[in-house]
Amino acid sequence: MAITPPANRLWWKDPINGIELGWIVIAFLWGLFMFFFMIAWHFIGQQNLSSETYRIAPDAYIVKVEAFAEEFQAKDADGNPVEEEGVPVVRPPAGGDAYILARLWEFWPILELKRGESYRIHLSSGDWQHGFSLQPTGINISVHPGYEHIITLTPTSSGDFGIICNEYCGIGHHTMTGRIRVVD
Amino acid sequence: MTAIDHGAGVAIGTQASYRVCRFSGLRIEANAEQLIKYNAVAAVLFLALGGLMGLLVALTRWPAIQLLPAEWFYLVLTGHGANVLLFWIIFFEIAVLYFASAVILGSRLAAPKVAWLGFVLMVIGAVMANYAVLRGDSSVMFTSYPPMQASQWFYLSLILFAVGALIAVFVFFGTLVVAKAENTYDSSVPLVTFGAITAGIIAVFTLASGAIILVPTWLWSLGLISNIDTLMYKVVWWGMGHSSQQINVSAHVAIWYAIAAMVVGAKPLSEKVSRTAFFMYILFLQLASAHHILAEPGMSSTWKIVNTSYMMYLAVLGSLIHGLTVPGAIEAAQRRNGFTRGAFEWLTKAPWGNPAFAGMFLSLVMFGFIGGISGVVLGTEQLNVLMHNTIYVPGHFHGTVVAGTTLAFMAMTYLVVPLIFQRDIVWPGLARWQPFVFGIGAGGISLFMMGAGTLGVARRHWDISLTDAAHAFEYPAAAYLMMGLNGIFAILAALGGVMFIVIVVASILAGPRLDKVGATLTFPLHDRSRESVAEYGSHGTVKLPGTIILVGIFFACFVLYYFVNWKYLSELWLFR
Repeated sequence: MAITPPANRLWWKDPINGIELGWIVIAFLWGLFMFFFMIAWHFIGQQNLSSETYRIAPDAYIVKVEAFAEEFQAKDADGNPVEEEGVPVVRPPAGGDAYILARLWEFWPILELKRGESYRIHLSSGDWQHGFSLQPTGINISVHPGYEHIITLTPTSSGDFGIICNEYCGIGHHTMTGRIRVVD
Repeated sequence: MTAIDHGAGVAIGTQASYRVCRFSGLRIEANAEQLIKYNAVAAVLFLALGGLMGLLVALTRWPAIQLLPAEWFYLVLTGHGANVLLFWIIFFEIAVLYFASAVILGSRLAAPKVAWLGFVLMVIGAVMANYAVLRGDSSVMFTSYPPMQASQWFYLSLILFAVGALIAVFVFFGTLVVAKAENTYDSSVPLVTFGAITAGIIAVFTLASGAIILVPTWLWSLGLISNIDTLMYKVVWWGMGHSSQQINVSAHVAIWYAIAAMVVGAKPLSEKVSRTAFFMYILFLQLASAHHILAEPGMSSTWKIVNTSYMMYLAVLGSLIHGLTVPGAIEAAQRRNGFTRGAFEWLTKAPWGNPAFAGMFLSLVMFGFIGGISGVVLGTEQLNVLMHNTIYVPGHFHGTVVAGTTLAFMAMTYLVVPLIFQRDIVWPGLARWQPFVFGIGAGGISLFMMGAGTLGVARRHWDISLTDAAHAFEYPAAAYLMMGLNGIFAILAALGGVMFIVIVVASILAGPRLDKVGATLTFPLHDRSRESVAEYGSHGTVKLPGTIILVGIFFACFVLYYFVNWKYLSELWLFR
């Protein structure tokens, strides 16, 4: 019984049942496969989360994002700044840097990206921890204050995409959203 | 139940008082019995409180109902996590540790006064945590990520609880030493005790991680420390938060073996294999905090891959081994019991009417299929980005902790009440259905939360319609359906929880007494559960066609689901 001591004092000398041995081998090989597949995806896959990160004071990050938003503010045909719900729409240059600030309780500003172009997206928080959840594509990344995370992102579909905060950040958490617009 | 009773009384030193259980043949010491009783009762009370909070959470996340206002939702969700994940689980685990040491080894409990000190500290901590949460200034979620700050009482309560639990774990280790020194058993410790030792060793690591992070965080809440690094906090906090789930795994796997032994007379197919599987938990499970850092900045991919896979999935291998050896041991025992027709007579004629067996087997199946598979997928470095912090995550851990651990602990309670409290189970008709009601409810909430998470629904979120948000976003209609179904199955699980608590409390208070001569058990133990079988260990004659088919189905589901998720990942935007 499993609740009595082994009857055979030398239980470690018992031979292993063939069924058990077979399953151990299969399970071990499957584990090895899963392990090496994670490594392989860094070479064959197009979706690997960057680990490029810099320390930055939250206040300094806010200053950077505001300068970025001013520099690349989108203008309409009449030269007026484009805004949505009072939030500036920003058109970063293809291949260039783009910044998103997560703070209580919004993702700021709205980025307008071109489909098929790559951008170095900078992510950090001005206050607490937040969760960058890009929907409906389904890319979920944690955002920390004090850490500037840089992800090279290439949108492959166009339209309006929502950013929803999925790290609890206080009483306004469920009002915290943002937007990325992708144009062809 | 008492064949030999030297009377109640506090045991001093080796002058311990014992009784011999008429049903199990176990020698039970008075102090161990009292402490198991009190820890089990505390566990059930916190399960009732935390379960009620869980129902309120699920009804709030049901979009058509949205029961609680936002402030209350976040408050209750914080309380739900602390009460069920910490207090219910750990109080019960302490009872399991005392049972697996003192009762199974027939020993006295080491240092009972110290054990009571641990218990009192745990009770103070648990009550204080509820006080801190209900004050309303500690709605920081169970994880309490800085720089969001809870009241000092919240951190202090968790520290006190952890210290109490640590004391209890050392009483458990002390009891092992006493049993060995006083020769209460021959040869090696039984497998169930070995599993409990695994749980105890992981518990020390876990509680130490908790102390390392919660003590400075408490000092920070008092204003004595200026800053807590958010990433460092997450890495160390999850050394407690995730590793403590490995205590659960070790404990409930030990319980699977124990119930299988006591109810159908199962013995391990091979001591060596089952013990090695437990040993792999000790060696590799501590690395689990990486599962929560996969979508974080600042950690290298190498660190993530090595740690999230528990060093090449060697700890997962331990669980996969138990996934064969537990049903295999049951099949072998049932074939010895005479159920030899076809591949599955052993399973169809199993004692499904006994809630201990039914709960145990449902726990085994759902832990593997729901909690286990989703856990490996979620813990794969790249795949994590698909589901990180969505409600898929609670879906996964309700599959492990509710459908797996909680159901196994409930099943064990149906044995603890007659053997330790010496009261028979009242309302056996109700008790027969309880594991199915709770199990189907728990399985349902796990699956539907996972489904909603796949559609992007955020966890810990009051309003998926995002009504008050600056930028509107519409989740697909299927996400609303999933959250509604989650609510319905949560009601079912809550009903199963109420049935459990009513049956257990009524049995303890008013169940037929079993300490009288001639009393019999409503749900009998297997008559061979007291013997140690002569031909122990592996033998070539064992045939396990049913188990092979079950494990084959499991493995096919695992592989299929794994690759389906890589397919989803490959369709995302490109990022590096």
